[in-house]
Amino acid sequence: MERVMVGQKEWLYRLGRAWVAFFLLSEIVVFSIIGTGFFSARNFQNILVAATTILLLAAGETFVIITGGIDLSVGFVMGLACVVSAKIMVMLQAASVPQGLAILLGCAGALLFGLLPGLVNGALVAKLRVPPFIATFGMYGVAYGLSEILCNNVPISGLPPLVGFIGNGYLLYYLPGKALTFFGPPQGISRADIRAMILLFPNVFVFSIIAVAIFGFVLARTQFGQHIYAIGGNIDAARRAGIPVEKHLIRVYMISSFFAAMGGVMYTLRFVTGRADAGAARMLDSVVAVVIGGASLYGGTGSMVGSIIGTLIIAMLETGMVNLGLPTYNKYVYVGIILVLAVLIDQFFPEFVRKGE
Amino acid sequence: MSRTQLVARIGRNWVVLFLFLLCVIFSFTGRGFLSLKTLNNILLTSSPALLLAAGETFVIITGGIDLSVGFVRGLISVISAIVIRDLYALGYSPYFAIFCGIVVGVLLGLLPGLVNGILVARFRVPPFIATLGMYGIANGLALRYSKGFPITFLPDEVGEIGNGFFFYLLPGRLFTVFEKPLGLTEAEARNLVGIVPYATVIAFALLFVFGFVLSKTQFGQHIYAIGGNIDAARRAGIPVEKHLIRVYVISSLFAAFSGVLSTLIFSIGTHTQFAASLELFAIAAVVIGGASLMGGKGSILGTALGVFVLSVLEVGFLMSGILPFYRYIAVGTILVFAVVIDQLFPEIVYD
Amino acid sequence: MEGERRPLLEVRNIVKRFGGLVAVNRVSMEVYPGEVVGLLGDNGAGKSTLIKVISGVYRPDEGQIFFEGREVRITSPMDAIRLGIETIYQDLALAENLNVYSNIFLGRERLKKLFNLIPVLDHEYMMQESKKVLDRLGIEIPSLRNKIKTLSGGQRQSVAISRSIYWNAKLLIMDEPTAALGVTEQRKVLNLVKTLSAQGVAIIIISHQLYDVFQVAHRLVVLRRGEKVGERLTHETNPDEIVSLMVGAELVEGGRRG
Repeated sequence: MERVMVGQKEWLYRLGRAWVAFFLLSEIVVFSIIGTGFFSARNFQNILVAATTILLLAAGETFVIITGGIDLSVGFVMGLACVVSAKIMVMLQAASVPQGLAILLGCAGALLFGLLPGLVNGALVAKLRVPPFIATFGMYGVAYGLSEILCNNVPISGLPPLVGFIGNGYLLYYLPGKALTFFGPPQGISRADIRAMILLFPNVFVFSIIAVAIFGFVLARTQFGQHIYAIGGNIDAARRAGIPVEKHLIRVYMISSFFAAMGGVMYTLRFVTGRADAGAARMLDSVVAVVIGGASLYGGTGSMVGSIIGTLIIAMLETGMVNLGLPTYNKYVYVGIILVLAVLIDQFFPEFVRKGE
Repeated sequence: MSRTQLVARIGRNWVVLFLFLLCVIFSFTGRGFLSLKTLNNILLTSSPALLLAAGETFVIITGGIDLSVGFVRGLISVISAIVIRDLYALGYSPYFAIFCGIVVGVLLGLLPGLVNGILVARFRVPPFIATLGMYGIANGLALRYSKGFPITFLPDEVGEIGNGFFFYLLPGRLFTVFEKPLGLTEAEARNLVGIVPYATVIAFALLFVFGFVLSKTQFGQHIYAIGGNIDAARRAGIPVEKHLIRVYVISSLFAAFSGVLSTLIFSIGTHTQFAASLELFAIAAVVIGGASLMGGKGSILGTALGVFVLSVLEVGFLMSGILPFYRYIAVGTILVFAVVIDQLFPEIVYD
Repeated sequence: MEGERRPLLEVRNIVKRFGGLVAVNRVSMEVYPGEVVGLLGDNGAGKSTLIKVISGVYRPDEGQIFFEGREVRITSPMDAIRLGIETIYQDLALAENLNVYSNIFLGRERLKKLFNLIPVLDHEYMMQESKKVLDRLGIEIPSLRNKIKTLSGGQRQSVAISRSIYWNAKLLIMDEPTAALGVTEQRKVLNLVKTLSAQGVAIIIISHQLYDVFQVAHRLVVLRRGEKVGERLTHETNPDEIVSLMVGAELVEGGRRG
């Protein structure tokens, strides 16, 4: 039986358990004080953009980790999707397909294609009982090899110009006191106006947060989500209760690779290029974010909200350090320390026992 | 031996057969694959990986994992190179500088393992997380000291030791030991073949010693026991926490050996951030060699075979003119196959 | 007790082999509604195998199974569950990270439509229904929102049993229900068994704790080496006789208990 804290105020306990949120808040406070211009709309947009990739990878990873597994292939599935989307867009453009359609098909194609690695991962784990670490590590290699082959080791260029406009655009363009437009800056504004304009919510972040919110809802409120937790808690119990464990595991890995593919598509939109190594840097950051957010690698715990907070903690740390002019290598050290601390702190918290409704 | 036992025996040792098969295939597809030069190449380039994988074997047998070995290797490579470079620049003899570099590197290499071990054994942090944290810390520190650039300006003696061979053969004419023959013409120098690289000897020696420890000593037996059933091991009086710490120290020690050896072989201190992912290849080698991530199984010999499979693949692909990216696909597939095959073949039951 | 009532479950001449080993050898037995039958025997006697046949994990090589008077073919655990046969194994099959009512509804969660469109979990319903069944069985758990990992062994047992009852188990098979429990909790579980029996549920209990079985069972069936070697009404026998049936020794005159 776990260590328990009985009866007392549940709100106090919940507060304590949500320590990650406080850590995030304190990050904001600290950086705002010692940094310059940290607490500004512009900087927050930077944070959101930095967070986008990790957020997407972490969202998919959350599902997998809750089942007690892990997906090491996300970094290179992201690269694969990046290359595939870029290639499709370039090919369609060469075939004189209108830009908007080419981009749409490129994205859709990459996302659909991105389901395949997950299908393979899931089948290996669920049907062949390959340990997730091995199965997804194998896929990591295959995805990397495939993406390099597809682009011949050279980043793909020559994408339709509209791509960059979408990828680097914002949802809201606000000219204080004068205009507020969506998706594009107001027409006919002066040079001075451009500088005074406030840009809010990068497009790529908006797309991402919508997807994350949808799947977060699925995880928290639907039967499928409940079953995912059950599989992570006790896979035999889940099986005996009639839950289709194998099918669910496959779905979960497909969700993970879908999000990785989405990460790749966002990369293509932002950088207007297709690179096989698009996700290489972020591979393990996603796992770190999910664990900081409260998930256990043994499965059964975790949440989308926690993963989002974990992502923001990392993104904010990066942005904050850049803002302070600190060299970036220390970031790795800090994140490593925060990761270990997060696990230690979570262990320290006992389980709360309610007494009566 | 009955037929089923024979099949089981072959199945369990499939790696050897596979390695043999690879060599046969590559001797046809690659030009000059079956040569002493290629052998030396394979041995030399796989030495650092061999060491990394050997240390990882200990950890994996206990049911844990060490993700930090790749970056610890880089960190120690960088630090030892810095020590050598700076001492040499200060005027000390190159051999002294090299000696200090090695000693400092190895000693420092004990620290990450100590931290990992304490986190895992005392604080019950899952090994994946503890070593992932150390992975980040090592990465950050290595970048800090190297600023992202390789450490150069090392004395020439470094390369001599790192790339030295025990024997030198000039086909048909000369055969020397320890030293390159002097007074060779250019043509002759190109035909000079080295046999048995120092680096490989050192690596093999370490492997042999620790392989002996793992398979023949009580400590080794205890490691397997911990991996098999940690509670049973504890109740049998085995000092589980102490052994776990030792195992992670061994792992980072080997990573340090690997880093120092890299510096010697390539005459620079390097730390690469993304591309290599050496730790994952080390783990792949260990698993291909027969270990299970659940713990309790594995061996130094198996790991060595796993490393050779991966090295032969790399060199073979290169010599056959196949794009290196296919190698990633091959490795990924082989890894998955390795696990599936191991599941398929049951334990050998002795009558 | 028996009279002309129809047995709920009847197995006739069940044979189950594994390779050359005969685990269950022409065993027949019956269980009546509301009856508690103790299935006893030493290790390897065939008890586990027999109940696995009944609960659908194994298929019998020979023999027939009758449920509520009709012959049935039980080819999978789901078949057994659909008939109303629920098995509670030693490891209880509970998800520790989920709370009480989630476990009771595991796999059969109740959904409601958010905005009349999106199917989501109906937590209130599941909690209320769970409370009802726990109350009906006289089980006290302070809050159903507590996770299983915070409950004691006896409480977990109760949750597992409640789950079977909620889903209308007609026959409950319990494998070593009191094995890992302290004395007070054992008592609670045994009382629960009596309550269930009084409510008409048929129960087969496998247990090594003879004392407990004697407390609750109406009838005892003893297996040895795959065969049924004895069947007694509890009040007509004593532990010594049962043990000697289990082990195959001669009845020792001097040690009989009344």
